[in-house]
Amino acid sequence: MRAGSAGVEVGKNRAVSFALGLLSWVVALVFFFPIFWMVLNGFKEEIDANTDPKLLFDPTWDRFDEVTSQTQGLLGFREAFMNSVWAVSISTILVLVLAIPAAYALAIRPVAKWRDVLFFFISTKFLPVVAAILPLWIIARELDLLNTRLVLIILYTAMNLPLAVWMLRSFFSEVPKELIEAAQIDGAKLRGQITSVILPIVAPGLAATALLCVIFAWNEFFLAVQLNPVDGSTIPIWVTSNVSTRGNFLAKLSAASTLATLPVVLAGWVAQKRMIRGLSMGAIK
Amino acid sequence: MAEVRYENATRIYPGTEIAAVESLTLDIPDGELLVLVGPSGSGKSTALRMLAGLEFIDRGSVYIDGEDVTLAPPQDRDIAMVFQNYALYPNMTVAANMGFALKQQGIPKAERAERVGEAARILDLVPYLDRKPKHLSGGQRQRVAMGRAIVRKPQVFLMDEPLSNLDAKLRVQTRTELADLQARLGVTTVYVTHDQVEAMTMGHRVAVLKDGILQQVDRPRTLYSHPVNLFVAGFIGSPAMNLVEVDAGGANGVRLGSLALPLEEQVTRDLAAREPGAYTVGVRPEHLRLGSEGIAGQVTVVEELGSESYVHVSIEHQGGPLLLVVRAEGETMIQRGDNVQVACRGPVHVFAPNGERIGA
Repeated sequence: MRAGSAGVEVGKNRAVSFALGLLSWVVALVFFFPIFWMVLNGFKEEIDANTDPKLLFDPTWDRFDEVTSQTQGLLGFREAFMNSVWAVSISTILVLVLAIPAAYALAIRPVAKWRDVLFFFISTKFLPVVAAILPLWIIARELDLLNTRLVLIILYTAMNLPLAVWMLRSFFSEVPKELIEAAQIDGAKLRGQITSVILPIVAPGLAATALLCVIFAWNEFFLAVQLNPVDGSTIPIWVTSNVSTRGNFLAKLSAASTLATLPVVLAGWVAQKRMIRGLSMGAIK
Repeated sequence: MAEVRYENATRIYPGTEIAAVESLTLDIPDGELLVLVGPSGSGKSTALRMLAGLEFIDRGSVYIDGEDVTLAPPQDRDIAMVFQNYALYPNMTVAANMGFALKQQGIPKAERAERVGEAARILDLVPYLDRKPKHLSGGQRQRVAMGRAIVRKPQVFLMDEPLSNLDAKLRVQTRTELADLQARLGVTTVYVTHDQVEAMTMGHRVAVLKDGILQQVDRPRTLYSHPVNLFVAGFIGSPAMNLVEVDAGGANGVRLGSLALPLEEQVTRDLAAREPGAYTVGVRPEHLRLGSEGIAGQVTVVEELGSESYVHVSIEHQGGPLLLVVRAEGETMIQRGDNVQVACRGPVHVFAPNGERIGA
């Protein structure tokens, strides 16, 4: 009797988990479809992209060639790409260089009033960027920074720093206290403790933080379009430059968007492999 | 190698009123294995961490090899520590874990490898040198933690419950190995445990702490035969001493129910000079005997351990029931419900109402 009802229970659970699995596939496909359609459109002729939705067509690389070789507005692909690479990579490195000591001071050897400090960091994100854009623009103009990579590097660092400090603080707090004490007793100075013991343990967290900084900086549009409309601008601005007032542009815009998405997807894929948790397993017990 | 000295060392955690360790004064001669033992919250780990430099010393001083290290950071104390959870560096191999301290000292690679190899041979870790800690068993990790300590040839070993994460059988085996290793290396060792059996079997001397205050420090045998107060009497020994409150003092004798207990002359004299009141007598289970004489009682539980057994006997004492634990032969015929008689052959410990031992 008991065994029978347990069997029914198991059967019911299977049906439920199958239904849930199906549902998640449907939801995932619904979310993914626009991206799929964007990629597909990028391989179409302009005329095909703008007529009735077609699944079967002759794929072509022409749109990708067009958007990368022709300068539509003021900005070429190569130039925008390099600007993005510089702004994103330098700002991400700066963020990590500044956030690691901050996280140490907030998590491992907490400074006095560390909670207030932590709150201060996040409070800098309370103000909408749009409310600060005019002062930012004036400052940038006074310092001759308009239309330079440097202004974006500075702003992207400032933009991502609070988030990185918060994330790294929580990863640093997970480092077992005994490991740092063991390193101290083993004679390691502060630098040795950080580089030999703490950073290897928080490496997955570091990768996750860096990935988020890269994504946010790569996709940032508002600051770039306001402060660097002419030179030094980035990929998102270049994508919009493919919107044309004359003629059809959907296929070209799709190709440009696909190109803009690709680096972030690649970065995410690489980081995901490195973000495997459990590196700290075996240290404690 | 060095002697260690605590001098009125006190630690008060910020935000608390009561000291975690209060005015600890303790001399540990060169080469001794001293065990700090006590229940949780007794301050034994804090005392060890004060010696390690991981805990600030609010008052008093700590000396290693005659040198005042009260304010020295852990890096400058030339000590090695084995943590309860081992605290192995998860990102490093066994060899790198063991060689980490040597690397910090700037010792050349060849010498490092040699010393790590030597320690690995002592601890049977040679086949595992290239493994990461997560691929080791609990016992192997414990040995790596030991190896990390001995490879340095420090002045003092500090061990914070190093065996408590091992299973019972391995713990007993490792206990012996550890004591042997310490004796061979001759390094002064301070060892913290909450397990009084571990303390008694390993320690050259044992220091018993309670509520941050040192109760008694002595050789295990003395601790067992002459506990200075009620707490030590109850804490040391397994199964615990029978501790019974009795009306005594003045001209009254000391009686367990109807049984007059044999007292040493000095205790009798000392008691006679004191006010009558609620005293506590202590008799170890092996000093009680089941036989044809003594106070009558009924058996409630028989714990058979093979080589011996412990019989719980309910007797009547001062108008109420009282459970006594009596040691008996291994293959005893006694069963629950049997009517037995309990006699006492001494020694009997007597403690004053304030817990202090009476007599020598």
